Amino acid sequence: MKFDHIIIRYGEISTKKRNRKGFVDKMKAHIRWSLKDIDGVVLTANRERMYVLLNGVDHKPVIERLKGIFGIQSISPAIKVERDLEVMKTAALYYLNQTSEEVGTFKITTKRADKDFPYNTDEINRALGGHLLRNTEDVTVDVKNPDLNLLVEVRREAVYMTGEIIQGAGGLPFGSSGKAMLMLSGGIDSPVAGFLSMKRGLDVEAIHFYSPPFTSERSRQKVIDLAGKLAEINGSMKVHIVPFTEIQLLIQKQIPENYSMTTTRRLMMRVADKIREKEESMAIITGESLGQVASQTMSSMFAINEVTNTPILRPLITMDKTEIIKIARELDTFEISNLPYEDCCTVFTPASPKTKPKREKVNYYESFVDFDSLIEKAVTETEILTIKPGQTFDKEEAMEDLF
Amino acid sequence: MIYFDNSATTKPYPEVLESFLKVSSDYFGNPSSLHGLGVQSEKLLSAARKQVADLLQVNSSEIYFTSGGTEGNNLAIKGAAHSRMNRGKHIITTAIEHPSVEDACQSLMHAGFEISILPVNESGQIELSDLKDALREDTVLVSIMHVNNEVGSVQPIAEVGKVLSQYPNVLFHVDNVQGAGKVPLSLREAYVDICTYSGHKIHGLKGTGFLYVREGVRIDPLFHGGNQETKIRSGTENVAGIVALSKAFRISMNNQLLYHDKLEQIKKHLYKGLMEMQGVLVNSPEEGAPHILNFSVPLLKSEVLLHALESDGIIVSTTSACSSKKRAVSKTVDAMFHDQARSESVIRISTTYGNGLDEAKQVLAAIQKIVANLEKIMRVAK
Repeated sequence: MKFDHIIIRYGEISTKKRNRKGFVDKMKAHIRWSLKDIDGVVLTANRERMYVLLNGVDHKPVIERLKGIFGIQSISPAIKVERDLEVMKTAALYYLNQTSEEVGTFKITTKRADKDFPYNTDEINRALGGHLLRNTEDVTVDVKNPDLNLLVEVRREAVYMTGEIIQGAGGLPFGSSGKAMLMLSGGIDSPVAGFLSMKRGLDVEAIHFYSPPFTSERSRQKVIDLAGKLAEINGSMKVHIVPFTEIQLLIQKQIPENYSMTTTRRLMMRVADKIREKEESMAIITGESLGQVASQTMSSMFAINEVTNTPILRPLITMDKTEIIKIARELDTFEISNLPYEDCCTVFTPASPKTKPKREKVNYYESFVDFDSLIEKAVTETEILTIKPGQTFDKEEAMEDLF
Repeated sequence: MIYFDNSATTKPYPEVLESFLKVSSDYFGNPSSLHGLGVQSEKLLSAARKQVADLLQVNSSEIYFTSGGTEGNNLAIKGAAHSRMNRGKHIITTAIEHPSVEDACQSLMHAGFEISILPVNESGQIELSDLKDALREDTVLVSIMHVNNEVGSVQPIAEVGKVLSQYPNVLFHVDNVQGAGKVPLSLREAYVDICTYSGHKIHGLKGTGFLYVREGVRIDPLFHGGNQETKIRSGTENVAGIVALSKAFRISMNNQLLYHDKLEQIKKHLYKGLMEMQGVLVNSPEEGAPHILNFSVPLLKSEVLLHALESDGIIVSTTSACSSKKRAVSKTVDAMFHDQARSESVIRISTTYGNGLDEAKQVLAAIQKIVANLEKIMRVAK
């Protein structure tokens, strides 16, 4: 006995009207891509659902991959069997035994599209239900609120069974909302912000500020590792590595210490905005959470945001650290983020940064310094990497054949 | 030479030795060092970890590199027992475990642990009902090997895991040193908590190995020090050995997919040949692992047969290499058949990828000849 196909339900997309086709096509492309190395599976779609025809392929790895695809509300594996009551019994038991979560109660709902089938719905329900009860331990019937509602559909060509509903990732199909730039520091928050943005259909590219020798090779590697995790969602992630040392040194020299952090953030924002423009994207994403650190107070954000009118998306703005950490753990980014290397945010942080910086003051301090040329230089010298899933080091190095 | 002692150790793959040499000479930095050389070593280490994790379909963070099977088993058993001793002090294991499991369990008796030992049947397998009967409120650890090193019997790990998944207090340790790369085992599907692997049994180098510890399971370390391997196993990582191990594991897992049937065919041939031979008792179960075949010639001490085969250029072993220095009684065969003559005259043939049917035929012919010749002498001596 094997599963025949997997049913994919759309969720939020189904509420869209004229744009729906665009959303569905994006999701279809994403599913195709994620299943591309599994030979034999075929994807078909209609208005309400998609179907992955397994053609003999094991359903488990396929479902594992589908679970991570945004835009999918839920997934159900289905069996196709001959129109024979004995075979149907075996199939029902098989279905019950393979569900990913233990089933304590079940019911059977039969639909008989083909009225010529010798048994009516009641008889089928009873025959299958009885068979399940006889062949399991501690499993009972509950028609009101069952763990598994086994749907049996009798059609002319065959009988179909489905019922287990596996939660999908939800959200919107990848790339359906356009592109945005993620400020990826190496900390715990920014990868989570990136993930949540991707969930809402954004195609995300990362920007990282790199200040050698003040920040180490390892902190850069950390960002690449994090990007490698996020790349698992759509197959690759572009990372813009901005050389930021010169700007930071100039800030240290020219801006009063308690305002240096505010100016640093403003300049990062300006550089990021320039890169955003080059990449033709429409927003910048940050991992800021209100009040978490000095740069994330309302006054700080007000002062920093002054440098651009590009939408700044802050998916974590209302989240507590514990909530963020929970998502980071699920994403497997927490451990990477937690590695103790100096990054751009930690080295130059003053002992007591202003938590309530004023726009007038920061503008006044910055007015004595010409940052524009350095910003241009940083943008042109930015290194662009394309990171593949789980890429822990540059595979193009001579190390490849060691493995 | 026909090398049929692959359960004692395997010959490293040439590609594995190349990796070892290259890493040792070009990337010798300490992976904990901050400088570039250290970073490179660290990258190699994490790439090796990922490769091993991917091959097992688990997470990188669940792999801890060790010095091999004995360390792995000791770390697993003592580490798990010590971290759980507040919840109970009862351990279940089997009568046919490798000494590194058996003795590690025995050593815990000084700390107040009680050990239950499950018997095996004539197929060298435990009965699930025995396990269920042995489980108690205060059971904290069950340690069962996947493939037996002496006779190749395969334990029902998935079924055991399913039973134990109902006991949240119990950690499930599996010694998979002999099964790795030869008999498939899905750690996730079998609900395994801790699993031991060794490098030199899968054509890697001696002194390498790793332990799988499921996420969320905490075990105490054996070694304290520099907090390498997330504090579970301190000591500067053997980067060259680890990279070599990850390569050996990849090649072995690949060979398992490609040549499993060939190994099975060789075993079937040997099995059939030995079954038909006068004076020979086959100890391995027919449905056991494809690479281990154990038999006894009760009239001959095993050492005699071993040396006779050696003079024909055929390398086999008596009991497991680890116990053969003690006395020539096979613990596993004794546990299966309770027959002293049988367990004192044991010969183990263990094959690997690259061995051929022609070799098996030669070995059979040689055994036939030796047994016939020696039996005459031995009868006279009697």
